[in-house]
Amino acid sequence: MIYAHLPALQVALPLIAAPLCVLLRRGFAAWLLALVVTWVSAAIAVALLLQVLHTGAVSYLLGSWAAPWGIEYRVDVVNAFVLVLVSGIASVVVPYARASVGFEIPVEQQYLFWTAYLLCLAGLLGIAITGDAFNVFVFLEISSLATYILIALGRDRRALVASYQYLIMGTIGATFIVIGVGLLYLMTGTLNLSDLSNRITAVGHARPQLAALAFLTVGISLKLALFPLHLWLPNAYAYAPSAATAFLAATATKVAVYLLLRFYFSVFGHSLVFAHLPLPQVLLALSVAAMFVASTVAIFQQDVKRMFAYSSVAQIGYITLGTSFASATGLTGGIVHLFNHAVAKGSIFLLLGCVALRIGQPTVARMAGLGKRMPWTAAGLTIGGLSLIGIPGTVGFVSKWYLVLAALERGWWWLAAAILASTLLAIVYVWRLIETCYLREPPPRAEGVREAPLSMLIPALLLAAACVFFGLDTSVTVGTAAQAARTLLENVR
Amino acid sequence: MNPAGYLNYWIAILLLIVGLYILIARGNLVKKLIGLSIFQTSVYLIYIAPGKIIGATAPIVAEGFKLYSNPLPHVLILTAIVVGVATLALGLAIVVRINEVYGTIEEDQIHAQDQEPE
Repeated sequence: MIYAHLPALQVALPLIAAPLCVLLRRGFAAWLLALVVTWVSAAIAVALLLQVLHTGAVSYLLGSWAAPWGIEYRVDVVNAFVLVLVSGIASVVVPYARASVGFEIPVEQQYLFWTAYLLCLAGLLGIAITGDAFNVFVFLEISSLATYILIALGRDRRALVASYQYLIMGTIGATFIVIGVGLLYLMTGTLNLSDLSNRITAVGHARPQLAALAFLTVGISLKLALFPLHLWLPNAYAYAPSAATAFLAATATKVAVYLLLRFYFSVFGHSLVFAHLPLPQVLLALSVAAMFVASTVAIFQQDVKRMFAYSSVAQIGYITLGTSFASATGLTGGIVHLFNHAVAKGSIFLLLGCVALRIGQPTVARMAGLGKRMPWTAAGLTIGGLSLIGIPGTVGFVSKWYLVLAALERGWWWLAAAILASTLLAIVYVWRLIETCYLREPPPRAEGVREAPLSMLIPALLLAAACVFFGLDTSVTVGTAAQAARTLLENVR
Repeated sequence: MNPAGYLNYWIAILLLIVGLYILIARGNLVKKLIGLSIFQTSVYLIYIAPGKIIGATAPIVAEGFKLYSNPLPHVLILTAIVVGVATLALGLAIVVRINEVYGTIEEDQIHAQDQEPE
């Protein structure tokens, strides 16, 4: 009985838990509630993924209103994968965050942190699961508004400015998405995504439809921080509370990427986006620019959180690069990198949170000699860094392998070379960190710096271990990603 | 094609551009939010306009009426307005906090304060 309502519970649970957190008013109680809800959400997401893998797409009609009129939750392999990713990362971050949030946020504000976190989770899961274009916007704003709060809770006063900037740019992005959805609705008279994809063929390449595509592309690209639209990201990640950074870096941009894939492949269709318009070329150029420019900027950052924030922009470049191929191999690479980057960046930001707990905002100078003071943390950071580079045996290698394969499939040797060349840039900034951790002498006042408490260290190292595990055993991630890619390419028109 | 027939769309596009311009050109954080609000409001008009059918009545079933306006865009925009209000409120709240810690809401002054060595 309850099994049939899993798609609704996926979103409803965190959404209901958020106001309960406000009522609880105690930091610990709110945390416990968030923990239980997150773990149940993760279990639901896994159950949904298994169900989808066995029986095909699941359609859930909210309030039993028939699909094109009522709101439909539609789960196929692609979004089940994203649901598992988001709730999986969340269920690692929450146990970690108890100590981290306790340290970084005043006691009387902690329950508000958990409220915002739960709203953000509900929004992200909602974007992924819903099959209604306007519903996407509503969930997008729920998660965005919660994100602005999470960022503004950072201890540095610059967190407020970062949050404000993100609010402005995020709202522009979301409004662009509404315009796009509105134009689609005008042309087709429907908001249901699968219904849209059927009716859009009848409209053909009408101009409002192209305008809708343009608005949606720019709006979603703002949210996923595609290269020239990434300006909100570095400060937001650098000054947000550590737990929030890890959660957002691993999930928020990934959900936006999913949304882009959904609109490109499921709604507009392969032929319009990738054959009729020069969009793949544009996407390709921007992705390559992101890989090089953002990596280069990352090399010169003194603040390590900012450095990895720029690295995120570069890594998103790899994901959109995979999208721009629009081939099975390229998409598999892109989707698998979605997962791999979430795991790697999640572990890195969690470990940087451990560093922040002991020595304050992590800068390169302060982290000198960390290998001796906090050996586990430094080791975890090294593994995360190696995953970003793409050393064989870590997750990054798997996704880059598929991207290079996709480039060679097209016969684009220069692009394969560019992917490898951009990896060299990643080596530079990761090596700089490894060098300071292991080869430099610690600053004199770093006496007595020791490992972060186990409640923080274990979740962070768990993700670092996942980087290696999924780098060696690729059957689950690549298998699911390949099936997701097939699902997206299935209804090629 | 009668340009005047598209008047509502012209106005909406004008507001869209005005809002974005204020957003980019003004350094005052509150003025930026005003621009953002105008920008969002223009989108409401883009939605509402096509929902109205000339000569049609409100979508309530009654004797003697055959033509109804489409209620869905209005419902959608009601949601969008709520979202817009929430965004504006949160934006203003953040501006208040910025004013508390920086003592100013001018973008260039905030930037200058951030550049100072701590």
